[in-house]
Amino acid sequence: MLKYIFRRLIWMPILLLFVSLIVFILGVYGPGDPVEVQLGNNYDEVNAERIREKMGLNDPILLQWARYIGNAVTGDFGESYVFKNRAVSELLIPKLIVSAKLNIISFAIAISLGIPLGFYAAINYGSSKDPFVVILSLFFYAMPVFFTAPLLILIFALQLDLVPAAGWGGVFDKRIILPALTVGIPGAAVFVRLIRASMLEVLDSDYIKLARAKGVSEIKVLWKHAFRNAMLPVVTIMGFSLAGLFGGSLIVEILYGIPGVGRISLDSVYSRDYPVIMAIVLLGSSALVIANLIIDFIYTLVDPRIEMQ
Amino acid sequence: MNDHEIRNISSTRLFIQNFSRKKLGVACVIIVSLIYLVGIFAPILAPYDYSETNLLKTQAGPDFENLLGTDRLGRDILSRVIWGIQTTVIVTITGLLTGSLILGLFLGLLAGFYKGIFDFIVMRTGELVSSFPDILLIILLAATLRPRITNLFYQIEDNLNISGLISSGIIDYLVIGIALLPLSWFGTMRLIRAQVFSIREIEYVQSARTSGASTIRIVTRHILPNVISPLIVTSTFGLGAVALSEVILSFFGLGVQPPRPSLGAMLSDVSGRGGASVSVLTNHPEQLLSPIIVIWIMIFCWNIIGDALTDILNPKKN
Repeated sequence: MLKYIFRRLIWMPILLLFVSLIVFILGVYGPGDPVEVQLGNNYDEVNAERIREKMGLNDPILLQWARYIGNAVTGDFGESYVFKNRAVSELLIPKLIVSAKLNIISFAIAISLGIPLGFYAAINYGSSKDPFVVILSLFFYAMPVFFTAPLLILIFALQLDLVPAAGWGGVFDKRIILPALTVGIPGAAVFVRLIRASMLEVLDSDYIKLARAKGVSEIKVLWKHAFRNAMLPVVTIMGFSLAGLFGGSLIVEILYGIPGVGRISLDSVYSRDYPVIMAIVLLGSSALVIANLIIDFIYTLVDPRIEMQ
Repeated sequence: MNDHEIRNISSTRLFIQNFSRKKLGVACVIIVSLIYLVGIFAPILAPYDYSETNLLKTQAGPDFENLLGTDRLGRDILSRVIWGIQTTVIVTITGLLTGSLILGLFLGLLAGFYKGIFDFIVMRTGELVSSFPDILLIILLAATLRPRITNLFYQIEDNLNISGLISSGIIDYLVIGIALLPLSWFGTMRLIRAQVFSIREIEYVQSARTSGASTIRIVTRHILPNVISPLIVTSTFGLGAVALSEVILSFFGLGVQPPRPSLGAMLSDVSGRGGASVSVLTNHPEQLLSPIIVIWIMIFCWNIIGDALTDILNPKKN
């Protein structure tokens, strides 16, 4: 076990180094010249060359990459090409907070809808209620956000006039409701299917049969024996949903005009602002990798039968 | 059913028998097949060309001439949806062939069979790819690759003195295809690899080996038939995601380029990348809903099919 943890901990930074190298190479060989972006209409060859030399863009790519990593470790992701003299970290942190808030609320909606519904479907296995819940949740899961967003705005903002149509004001602002629902409802469908499948598997196991046979009350069987064990695979998805703060709400942020990571990642891809793109991808990957590691540990803690290799 | 009967039913027939019991699954297979047929026969089925404009009749509602109305340039929406489906068909089939079948199956078989250093490299590469936030990686790849690939094709056209390669839209499909590769291959590969690991230890494979069967024979006769069913399931799961990713890429203007049609490009075209989608929904709902309903049905059906397949092919639940 210790050996396994050790190996994973060593592998993690190597993985992230490779991630950064790939993005770095994409940035260098991709289209667009950072100096051109920076100088805009005042571009002239002499000036450009001077800036290139100053920024170290004439150095070998591996040296540039090493320099970038050296700075990134200390939290310095360089300066944005587009927003002049703004540090990438200073630019990104407020956006990260916005996206994190939106995703946490959406996540709360997803689990509070998804877990009870999945549980309900599983205990009604065999009756018509089960397929009804499953199909309904798939119906919402497959609903494109390109439709959910305008539909919700049309109904709740324009017709019923309950909430403003777009914008952002933080967690305690009414404007978070619609985007959080747009992200949360398909998310709930994921949990419905997951909990249902997991519950069905547990309910079919021998120890549940034994518990029932020895006369444990049905409520106790379901809650104490089945539900807690069925939650195990859910932990995984929970971890990844939380780590997916970066990509999960990308489209929704754009549809609702929310100033989060989604908006700025797309903008920086359009404007070839590579320092920003690189920082976002690196942070996103780090979150995923770390979440993965934590999930594995929780798994071994919760279920001692699982042995890591 | 006695033993004799069981032995006579081939696994394919058993599979079809089991699947036909899933009524919703069968319905979805039929619907998806119909949608794919519409896409394949787009040149015959579409009443108009996808780029044919009629500036005298823009933003028109549905009538007998244009069954789903026209968009802001007077293009027939029904025709554009049909051609857009063709894009989806091309993208998903390319995704299936390259990502799942070629890369996933091939690398999975190799890694599972040869273990060792090859397995190590493939697995670590997969871990590397899957540690990227996927939607960001797709967008980034599409945005960085396009100019390179476009240049390459201009060079090819110049050097070989041919034309029509770029205007055929092949660049779009190539960009999308490469950008979506990281999405699909690793899941399939890992699954195939695990299957190979377990199958190669089973006695009959061992005995085939000791009796001198070649590697190719072991793979084709003993291992391939056993990995086909998990391959089908993972590929089906992937196809919905591939179709949706193309829609998203084209929505952001990074996938299929106008005037070539794509369901995602249609969405961004009518809604101004989402900004005007509410006014479109109130004023010209057919413009927004036509592509959306197709996407909706497709994703829904792919998922139902995937569920039905998992139910049948997962022996634990039977």
